[in-house]
Formats: sequence, C-alpha cells, structure tokens
Amino acid sequence: MEPILFVIFGAIAVGGAIMVVTRRHPMASALYLILTLFAVAALFVLRQAHFLAAIQVIVYAGAVVVLFIFVIMLINVPVHKLPVERVTGLRFLGVLAAGLLILESAVLTRRFAMPRASAVDAGSVQAVGKALFTDYLLAFEITSVLLLAAVIGAIALAKKKI
Amino acid sequence: MSPIPIDAAALLTGLRCILPEILVVATAIFVLFVDLMIPEENKRILCGISLIGVVISLFSVFLLGPARISGFSGAVVHDGLGAFFEIVILAACALTLLMATGYSEWEGTHKGEFYSLLLLSTSGMMFMAKGTDLMTVFLGLETLSIPIYVLVGFHRHRMSSIEGALKYFLLGAFASGFFLYGVALMYAATGTTKIPALAAMLLDARLAANPVFLAGVGLLLVGLAFKVSLVPFHMWTPDAYEGAPTVVTAFMSAAVKAAAFAALIRVLLLTFGGLQPVMWKVLWALSVLTMTVGNLSALLQDNVKRMLAYSSIAHAGYVLVGLVSGDFLGGQAALFYLLVYAFMNIGAFGVVILIAQKEDEGYDIRNLAGIGFKYPALGAFLTLFLVSLGGIPPTAGFVGKFYLFSAAVKNGYIWLAVLGVLNSAASIYYYLRLVVYMYMVPAEGEMPVPRPSRLAFSAALFASGAAVLLLGIFPGSALDLAARSVLSLLM
Amino acid sequence: MANFVSSIRFSDPYFSVLLMLGIGVGMAVAFVLLSQALGPKRYDRVKYSVYECGVDPFTTASVRIPVKFYLIALLFILFDLESAFIYPWAVLFRQLGWFGFIEMGIFILILLAGLIYAWKKGALEWQ
Repeated sequence: MEPILFVIFGAIAVGGAIMVVTRRHPMASALYLILTLFAVAALFVLRQAHFLAAIQVIVYAGAVVVLFIFVIMLINVPVHKLPVERVTGLRFLGVLAAGLLILESAVLTRRFAMPRASAVDAGSVQAVGKALFTDYLLAFEITSVLLLAAVIGAIALAKKKI
Repeated sequence: MSPIPIDAAALLTGLRCILPEILVVATAIFVLFVDLMIPEENKRILCGISLIGVVISLFSVFLLGPARISGFSGAVVHDGLGAFFEIVILAACALTLLMATGYSEWEGTHKGEFYSLLLLSTSGMMFMAKGTDLMTVFLGLETLSIPIYVLVGFHRHRMSSIEGALKYFLLGAFASGFFLYGVALMYAATGTTKIPALAAMLLDARLAANPVFLAGVGLLLVGLAFKVSLVPFHMWTPDAYEGAPTVVTAFMSAAVKAAAFAALIRVLLLTFGGLQPVMWKVLWALSVLTMTVGNLSALLQDNVKRMLAYSSIAHAGYVLVGLVSGDFLGGQAALFYLLVYAFMNIGAFGVVILIAQKEDEGYDIRNLAGIGFKYPALGAFLTLFLVSLGGIPPTAGFVGKFYLFSAAVKNGYIWLAVLGVLNSAASIYYYLRLVVYMYMVPAEGEMPVPRPSRLAFSAALFASGAAVLLLGIFPGSALDLAARSVLSLLM
Repeated sequence: MANFVSSIRFSDPYFSVLLMLGIGVGMAVAFVLLSQALGPKRYDRVKYSVYECGVDPFTTASVRIPVKFYLIALLFILFDLESAFIYPWAVLFRQLGWFGFIEMGIFILILLAGLIYAWKKGALEWQ
C-alpha cells in the first residue's frame, strides 16, 4: 500500500507546489500551499514520522499559512493591479537547473547508500519527546529564548508605539 | 512505562557550563520587566542594568576559567575557544552598551526592547561559540539573528533602516535555511550532529568522499559565510550596515562576525584532516574574493558608514586566511585578529557616531573636513583606529595581520599571503583618505559640531583605543591566550 | 490495484484517517454532481446576481483588513509554536516526572515573560 500512497501524496505535493508558484493571485497560492503542506504531512506519516506530521499540520498549515493569508489580506492588492509576470529566459534556466539537481541527486543517492534510520519508531511522539527532553534539553530551552526574542521583536517592529 | 532516568550531577555540570549565557538571558528578561515599571524619563537606567549584567557574565567567564566543561550530553562545551569568544563577544557588547548611553539619547533608542534584544542576541552568539552540537549552533545562530534583524530596523521611521532590515532578514532567512539543510544532509550521511563525532567519523575516507556529506558541508559553509559576509554572500552587508542604528552596526560588525567565525573555526579546524582538498581550494578562493571585492568596493565609497561596511567584508577575508592555513598557527592568528578587530572597528564607529549629527545625513566623508585640528581628541582616536584597520605598526591591526599572513606562508600558501598583503596595502588608501580629510581638507562653510561625548561614551573610546595600542605593542599575553584556546580545541 | 486494496489493514491507526478522507472527498464530489444532475436549470439575470434575495452588495467583498490583526497573528504563531513543544511533553509526562515538570516550567516561564511583556505593553489591546 505504501508505494501507491507515496505516489498519490507525492503527486499532490508536487502538483500543489507547482500551483503555488504559477497562480496569479497570492491568495490562490496560499491555499495551494496548504494542500502541499498537508500532502507532505501525509508523506511524513508514511515514513513513520508521526510527530513531524502533526507539527506540520498544527504549525505550518495551521499557523504559518494563516499568517500568510493575513498579510495577503492586509496588503490586499486588487486583482486587476496584480503584476503579470513574464516567462523569461531566466525562468527556463531555473527549471533546467532544478531538473539537473533532481537528476544529480537521483544518481548520487543510488551510488551512495544512506544509513537507514536505526529504530522503527524514531519518529513517534514518544521517541521525539524523549530525545527533546533528555539529549536535546539545551536546544529545547534555547528555543524558548528564541521565541521570547521573536515576541519582543514582533512588538518592537509592529506595534504603533513602543 | 518506565521513568526516564535523569543524571542530576551531569545536569548541574551543564548548568555551570552555560552560566555566562544564563546570566545574560536573565539580565535581558530583567531589563524587560524593569522597562515595564519605570516611567519614560528614567529609561536610561536600562542601559546601566544591561551593562552590569554583561560585566557579571564576563566575570563568570573568568571564574569558570579555561578548564573544559562539557554539558547537556555534549550539546555545549565551555573550553578555551568558547571562553575566548565569550570574552570577545561580551567585550563588544559592553562597548556597544557604553556607546548606547549617548546614542540612545540622541536618536531615541532608550527602549527596553532595544537593550533586551541586544542582550538576547549576545546570548545567542555565546551559545553559537560554545555549541558542539550543530543543533545548538543553529539555535544560537537564530537567537543571534532574529534580534539583529529587528535592531537593524529599529529606526522604524527611516526608510534606509527598514530597507536594510528587510534585505538582511530575507537573505538571512535563506542563509539559515541553507545552514539547516546542510546540517540535515550531514545528519543523513552520518547519523549525528555532534561536531566531535563528525570529526571522528571523517577519519574514514569513504565519508569524506560521500557527496551527500560534502553537499552538507558546503551548505553549512554558505550559511556561515553569509553571517560573516564573505563574498559572494555579502550583498546585504552595505545596506544593512548603513541602515542600522550606528551602535548596532558597530555591534554587528564585531560580535556577529566573531560568533559566526567561532562556529566556523570549531567545525573547520576539527575536520581539517578529513576534508577533501577541494574544500580548502574553495575556502582559498572565498578568502581572496572577499578581500579583493571588499577592498575595491570600499575604495569607491564617500559614505563613511558604507565604507566601513565594505572594509568589514575585507576583514572577514583576512580572518579566513588564518582558517585556510588550517593549522594551530592559523587558528591562533584568526582568534587574535577577531579580538583586535572588535576593538578597532567599534572604536572607529564610535568616533563616527560623535562626528555625525544625525542618522542619514552625517556620514558623508566631507563632514570630516577640518575635524582633526579643531577637535584633536576625536581626530587622534579616529586616526588610531583607521591606522590599525589598515594594519600599520605599532597598532594591534598590524600584529594581527602579520600573524595571519605568516601563518599562511608557513603552511605554503604563499600566493594567498601575497594577495593578502597587496589587499592590505590597497586598503590603506581609503583609510588614510579619511585622515587626509580630517587634517588637510579645509571645511566648506559651517563646520559641523560633534556631539558632546558622554562619560560612558568616552570610556568606550578610551578602552578601545587602549586595547588597540596595548595589543599592538604587547601582544604576547593575548597571543598566548589565543594559542591556548586553539589548543584546547585540538586536544 | 487489487494489491493496494488487499494491503489496507483495518487495524492501522491511520485507517480511520484514510476512511475519513475517502468519505470527505466522496461527499464533496457527490454533492456537486448531484446538484448538477437533479437541480432545475433556469438561467436569467436574477440567477446571476450575487444574492438572489436580500440586499445588493454595494462594495467589493475584498476589503483591506486593519493592520492591527497583524501583531495578533504574529503573537499567535509564536505561542502556537510553544504548544507544539508541549504536545510531546504531555505524552511523556508520567515518564519524565518532576524533572520534566521543571524543564517545561522553565520553558513556559521564559515565554510567560514574553506574554506579560506583550500584555503590559498593550500589544494585546485593540487600539
């Protein structure tokens, strides 16, 4: 079942991502981004990374894209004023480079075996939590300092009067 | 479900290891709360509180000494290298705070947020310098960056400030992405993010040839190269440096650079033996490019702040010369140079702040005309710092460059040293151009009156000046300290 | 395809998610098709107006929302991230014991400082 599901969700993720960069209206892009993020969450589940999947939905699809949509609504450029982007030579080069990168990584990952994940349940909530609260305890606590800095920074930049 | 065992003793050791960082973070939070409680006219004491916190933290670094303390399952280590960079970073922060007393009054940055962000950024730098796990280094990098993005844009009503912040933020976010992706690839190839473990695994030649791992190292390098503004990852530097409040510019150029180089030194020196020669060719090219582009661009600038921004790019190239040398001597020279650079660059920015009347307007080179004789103290200080930046004896800048280039020569990088010396010679032109303006060009019309220096501000200038002279004439003990710091890493 | 169907296990914890997905997509498609097939089709001017009954719209629906939302949204994300860390902690709560409680206590206290600061500064107020 896994390979088929992988193909289905992988196709949704890639298709959604292409739609994100090709839509003219940013709101459409943001909505397709949610689709892509959900599909990637499903891919995480297929790789047994359950915690990552949950975070992907809660944080990215749930919060980050909401902020994107907020900003799009804040700026709110009327549809007829949106710039029409031309397909230029640079873009073709970009697509070419991306294709080469994919080809190259496909060749390389075939030639050089990657170590397999050691434990089957390394991505479960328990396993991630155990690592987070023992070996990576310091990283966890620094995160709170980082978030504090972000709170202060957000207020310093966005509040009318500080 | 069995309980997860906890080693309380190891945890206490870990806490002792990060004591200086804890003190800085605690001060930041304390400043935040004091800011909420005091009225507008008393905000000046926030600067004093921050300064006291930084000094206590500096004291705790000395208290911990050079002994190696490892904590949090090898996520962080207090060793000679970490302590050395903590001293550089905290000294830079203290000098910045001393100058901020006056600057904040003139430009209205006496705000709790300003000092709190400055301190949080400092704590991130310290974590970055001490991190032995790439995850710790990454979190340190982010904790240092996010406050700096905000501080660059702190003058929210000035276009250039916001422009600089936005450019820095966008490119910086990409750089963080590169760094993180690099860590992920290295983890994919090895199954660990601990730097010593990576270094040990690199003894196996198969890993060193693994393209996935090499791609990871490359991306990691890009992320750090961005923070120290190596060419071609330097595009943001002039705009961010020019737009930022000048005290923040001084802080960025000295402390952010030191922190990112600390991580770079830890990764590169430990993995030197294992890395492929091609990586060292890349570093060689980066170093030459950075020196040359930085210096050539600086030649063309009429804005002093922008000129110092390009010069700071060039100086990153000089430090990289020490890293390319790749051995103990190169590391020692790089460390010493970063220490010296912090003092001379902050000092130079300090004088520039005094001469400029206002952000946005005061940084044209013509404003310097005639300053030298009219205000001899300012002229003398600026000349001292510029001469040191140019690498002319008897200043510390000369000693630093001497050791950098001689390390390169001893390791067989003759061409690198030659190019470095040529670059250094070219740089003297634009540094001395400022001196010529100060002493030999008569002022056109009304001569700008410098801001009256505060006691704290003067103290910062005196301290920087004294450090530049003392480290230039008696570099012995600082060089010893740098040497012992590098040795503590290699052991 | 037969392989795919036979490989689906009802005991899989994600089976219900797959089932839900199938039902959700199926119902959405079904309703669209059903209304196409069953609904009466009369196309005239009234049909094409925005509201077939009620007040006609007098401006476009896409208005600029006030910038005040932005700060709130930003703060929401930051505290939402905090909750992402509390989730594994809650799962491991009993195994971690007091030690975990203190760990999370420090984490939350540091962020609480941020919340108090935001609150006192009036960042949560609708100004």
